[in-house]
Amino acid sequence: MAKGERGTATRARPATARRRVTKNAADPELVQLLTPDGERIDRVTGPDGTQYTVDFTDAEYRALYRDLVVVRKLDAEATALQRQGELGIWASLLGQEAAQVGSGRALREQDMAFPTYREHGVLYCRGIDPIMPLGLFRGVDQGGWDPNEFKFNMYTIVIGAQTLHATGYAMGITMDGKVGGDDGEAVIAYFGDGASAQGDVNEAFVWSSVFNAPIVFFCQNNQYAISEPLERQTRIPLYQRSSGFGFPGVRVDGNDVLASYAVTRTALDNARHGQGPTLIEAYTYRMGAHTTSDDPTRYRIASEVEAWQAKDPIARVRAFLEKQQIADADFFAEVDAQAKRDAVHLRERVLSMPDPQPGALFDHVYAHGSPLLDTERAQFERYLASFEEGSH
Amino acid sequence: MMAETLTLGKALNAGLRRALDSDSKVVLMGEDVGKLGGVFRITDGLQKDFGEDRVIDTPLAESGIIGTAVGLAIRGFRPICEIQFDGFVYPAYDQIVSQVAKMHYRSQGKVKLPIVIRIPFGGGIGAVEHHSESPEAYFSHTAGLKVVACSNPQDAYTMIQQAVLSDDPIIFLEPKRRYWEKAPVELEAPPGTAYPLHAARTVRPGSDATVLAYGPMVRTALDAATAAAEEGRELEVIDLRSLSPLDLAGTYESVRRTGRCVVVHEAPTNLGLGAEIAARITEECFYSLEAPVLRVGGFNTPYPAARLEEEYLPDLDRVLDAVDRAFGW
Ligand SMILES: Cc1ncc(C[n+]2csc(CCOP(=O)(O)OP(=O)(O)O)c2C)c(N)n1
Repeated sequence: MAKGERGTATRARPATARRRVTKNAADPELVQLLTPDGERIDRVTGPDGTQYTVDFTDAEYRALYRDLVVVRKLDAEATALQRQGELGIWASLLGQEAAQVGSGRALREQDMAFPTYREHGVLYCRGIDPIMPLGLFRGVDQGGWDPNEFKFNMYTIVIGAQTLHATGYAMGITMDGKVGGDDGEAVIAYFGDGASAQGDVNEAFVWSSVFNAPIVFFCQNNQYAISEPLERQTRIPLYQRSSGFGFPGVRVDGNDVLASYAVTRTALDNARHGQGPTLIEAYTYRMGAHTTSDDPTRYRIASEVEAWQAKDPIARVRAFLEKQQIADADFFAEVDAQAKRDAVHLRERVLSMPDPQPGALFDHVYAHGSPLLDTERAQFERYLASFEEGSH
Repeated sequence: MMAETLTLGKALNAGLRRALDSDSKVVLMGEDVGKLGGVFRITDGLQKDFGEDRVIDTPLAESGIIGTAVGLAIRGFRPICEIQFDGFVYPAYDQIVSQVAKMHYRSQGKVKLPIVIRIPFGGGIGAVEHHSESPEAYFSHTAGLKVVACSNPQDAYTMIQQAVLSDDPIIFLEPKRRYWEKAPVELEAPPGTAYPLHAARTVRPGSDATVLAYGPMVRTALDAATAAAEEGRELEVIDLRSLSPLDLAGTYESVRRTGRCVVVHEAPTNLGLGAEIAARITEECFYSLEAPVLRVGGFNTPYPAARLEEEYLPDLDRVLDAVDRAFGW
C-alpha cells in the first residue's frame, strides 16, 4: 500500500460507522454434553482436538442434580432475605448454577479457587458453610471463611483483581515443585465477561503464559456486565482471546453441568501436569438482575430472557435423569425437601447473625497492631463510655 | 429567576446535560452511563438525547477510561469520566497520577487536559467493601490535579459545569450519600458568573468556633451547628468546596474571630486533609487560637463492614464532642 492510501481509506469511512458484530459466530465450537432437552452427547472434540466426555455413576449424576437444586434454592433465599432488608445487597447466581457446580466439582481437593463475588455455587462445592458469604452482603464482616483451609479465596469485588492473585499462587505451586503428576496442584480463577476487559486480567494472561503457570481461567460469560452487553467488552469470542497470549481457549455450554465439569477437569489436569494455562469461556446467562440494586428491564428484553429460560441448567439434568430412569419422583421430592430445609436453616441463622461489636473496627488492621491504632481505640472507647456516663 | 427543587443527583444530571449541550466537544464516558444511566442514575437519559458517541458506555477498564480520555483531550475533546465507585478508581490511579496530572507540566503548557473525573465518594449507604472510600488525599497530594467536592444541589449543578469549563484536570467528588437530598436549584445563570469553583464558602455564620467540612460532612457539620445553637454555642460552618487548591483565606479570618477550629472529614485523619489544614491554620492564626485545631475523621482502619460504619463515620455527636474539647482546653 502506498503512503497516504491508508489514511484516505480511513477518512472515507463516516465517523459514525459501526462494524456489525456477529454475536454467535463461534457457536459451533460450544462444547456440550447434555442438550437443553436432556439428551446426552457421548463425546465432543474441542477446538484444539481435545476430547471431552464424562463417565459418571448414577449416584454421581444424582449428586450433581442435588447440588444444582440446593445451590439455586439457597440463592433464592438470599435474594428474598435482601428484599426483606436482611442483606444490604445480593449478587444472585441464578442461571449460572451449572457453570459453577460443574467447575466446582471438577476441582480436586488440592486445587485452589479464586472467586469473584458471585461464586456461591463454587463456594458450596468447596464445602464452605453457605452462610459465609451472607456476612459480607449483610455487612457484618468482609467474608468469614478461612481461604487456606477451604482452598477457596475470599470474594473479590474489584473486577479482575483476583486473576493476578491466582496467577501468583499458581506460580508458587510451580516453585514448590507441586506440578507434574496426578497429585499436582492447580488453580482456578473466576471472572466475568466484563472483567475480561480489565488490565489486570490481561496481565494475568501474560504472566501465566510466560511462566507456564498451572492455572485455569474460568470466565463465566453471562452476557452482561451490569447493563453493558458482551459487545462492549470484545469483538471476538472471549475464549479466542487466549491464543494471542499463547495458551488454549475453549468455549463450553455453561448451562450444561456435564460439559462444564468435563472441560474444567481436563484443563485443571493439564495444568497440574505442567501443561500451563487454559482459558475456559462458560457461555451462560444471568437470569436475574446483576445485583438486587439493578434494574435489568432498562437494558435487556424479555424475549431474550425467555430464550435462555429454555436452556435452563437444572431442567435439562432432570429431563436426563428421568429419561434414563436414574432417578424417580421420590428422589426429586426428597431433593426439593432438602433444599427447602437448607434454605430455612440459612434464613434462621441469618436473622440471628449479630452485629459486630464497635471495637471490632480496630481488629486485624495489622498483624501485630500499631501504636496509632492503640491510641485511636483507646480514644474511641473513652468516647463511647462518655455517653454512658451522661445517661445516669 | 426560576429555581427548581432538585435532588443533588438530579442537579448533577441537569448540569451534565447543560455541559453536553453547550459544547459538542464534551463527551461523557464510563461504565453503565448509557442505557442504565449509571448505577446512581446520574447520567439518566443523556445517552438517549446526545447519542452513543457523546455518552459512551466503556469497556470495564478504569485505566482504559482515563487513558483514552487523555488521548481524547489531546485531540480537543473535553471528556467527563465517571468512575462507578470510589474504590474502583485505583486501577486508573497510575493514569491519573502519572499521566493526567503531569502532562501540562511536562509539555511546558502546550498540552492541556480538560478532563473531569467524577467519583461518587464516601460511605453511609450500607454498601459492601470498596464502595465507601474517601480517596481525596491521594489526589490532593498530587500537583497538577485539582480536586473539588460538592455538598448541595446548587453547587452540584454549577460546579460540574465549571469543572467541564476548566482547562485543568479536575477530580470531581460527589457525596454519594447526599445524592437524594433536595434543595432549590437556580438553573438559569451561566456557570461562568456563578461563585468561583475554587473558593470556599461560609454556609453558616457563627462566633464561637469554626467548623470546616466538605462533601458529605457539610450536612453533618450544619446539623451539629444547629444542635450546638440549642446549647448556646454559635458554630461557623465553612464548606471548603475545593480541596486542591485549598482556599483558606476566609478560614483564617474566621478562626481569628472564633479562636477555635474543628476540621471534619470522613477519610482517616492520619495524614488526611485535616492535617494539612490544621498545620496551615496553626501557622497563620497561632496567636488567635484558644485550642489546637482538632480533627474529626475516620480511624486508621480500612473502611469497615456496613454494620460498623455508623461507628466509623463522623456524626453530629463526634463533631460536638470535638467542639467541647476545643472549649475545654
Ligand atoms: C474495578 C471495578 N470497576 C467497577 C466495578 C463495579 N462493578 C461491579 S460488578 C460490575 C460488572 C461486572 O461484570 P462481569 O465481569 O461480566 O461479571 P458479572 O457481574 O456479570 O458476573 C461492575 C462494573 C467493580 N466492582 N470493580
